[in-house]
Amino acid sequence: MDVKIKLTGNTLTACIEGDIDHHNAKEIRECIDQKIEEESPNLLELDFSKVQFMDSSGIGLIMGRYKLMHILDGKLQVINIPENIKKLIKLAGLASLNIIKE
Amino acid sequence: MKPINEMKLEFVSKSSNESFARATVSAFIAQLDPTIAELADIKTAISEAVTNCIVHAYKSSIGKIYITVQIFENGKSIIKIRDKGCGINNIKQAMEPLFTTGGDERAGLGFAVMQSFMDKVRVSSKPNKGTSITLEKNIIPRFIKNGQPS
Ligand SMILES: Nc1ncnc2c1ncn2[C@@H]1O[C@H](COP(=O)(O)OP(=O)(O)OP(=O)(O)O)[C@@H](O)[C@H]1O
Ligand SMILES: [Mg+2]
Repeated sequence: MDVKIKLTGNTLTACIEGDIDHHNAKEIRECIDQKIEEESPNLLELDFSKVQFMDSSGIGLIMGRYKLMHILDGKLQVINIPENIKKLIKLAGLASLNIIKE
Repeated sequence: MKPINEMKLEFVSKSSNESFARATVSAFIAQLDPTIAELADIKTAISEAVTNCIVHAYKSSIGKIYITVQIFENGKSIIKIRDKGCGINNIKQAMEPLFTTGGDERAGLGFAVMQSFMDKVRVSSKPNKGTSITLEKNIIPRFIKNGQPS
């Protein structure tokens, strides 16, 4: 598991690599939240292109960042979702929040 | 019907064992020649059940988690995940989508995922005794997937 974060203008992009499960979620969350605090971005992009596996802990991670960005008057977008994770994203109803970029 | 193969697994409720459990169970079920999608469904459901043992059943302690897997000639697999933790008071409520006692970072979707990714989910639980989850998945045999008679 690894998170690569970069800032482009007011956009913070976090590229998550590996599995998002309960074991890894805490470290991923702390890593991203610390950067949000430092940089106060307008937009947080979660890049899922390198996510191998995800369970409902990943939904918790997305929802938690959604709420955080909302409090900060910013937006969240989840990008590059692999085919095998789409089923879970759909089940969780995340599409209705307008945070999924196809 | 008798299983064509079965296995048992026992491990402590450390979160680093979540990936161990899903990898091991899916490696065993690979004998039934599942598709990548079928295997992904099983991995996700196992991860939900095992995480629940770690996060809820043994919330402030370390306990043991037991898994048994049976596979059958017709492609059926039966997976049992058991803990001796705190148990569930109200199973019906616990299984409702979005219900969680886990706080802010939990979505309350674990049971919903198990139910939609597997063919059958059974839950039995006793407060202070533990919980047992039985998951069933029917792996469609290759010759049917390919549309050829055997
Ligand atoms: N093995 C268990 N032992 C005790 N309580 C459990 C167990 N499994 C589930 N529960 C209870 O059922 C609730 C719902 O479980 P479910 O997996 O659906 O959601 P969650 O674990 O709270 O959140 P998520 O799975 O989305 O991270 C839990 O919050 C917990 O109260
Ligand atoms: Mg859960």
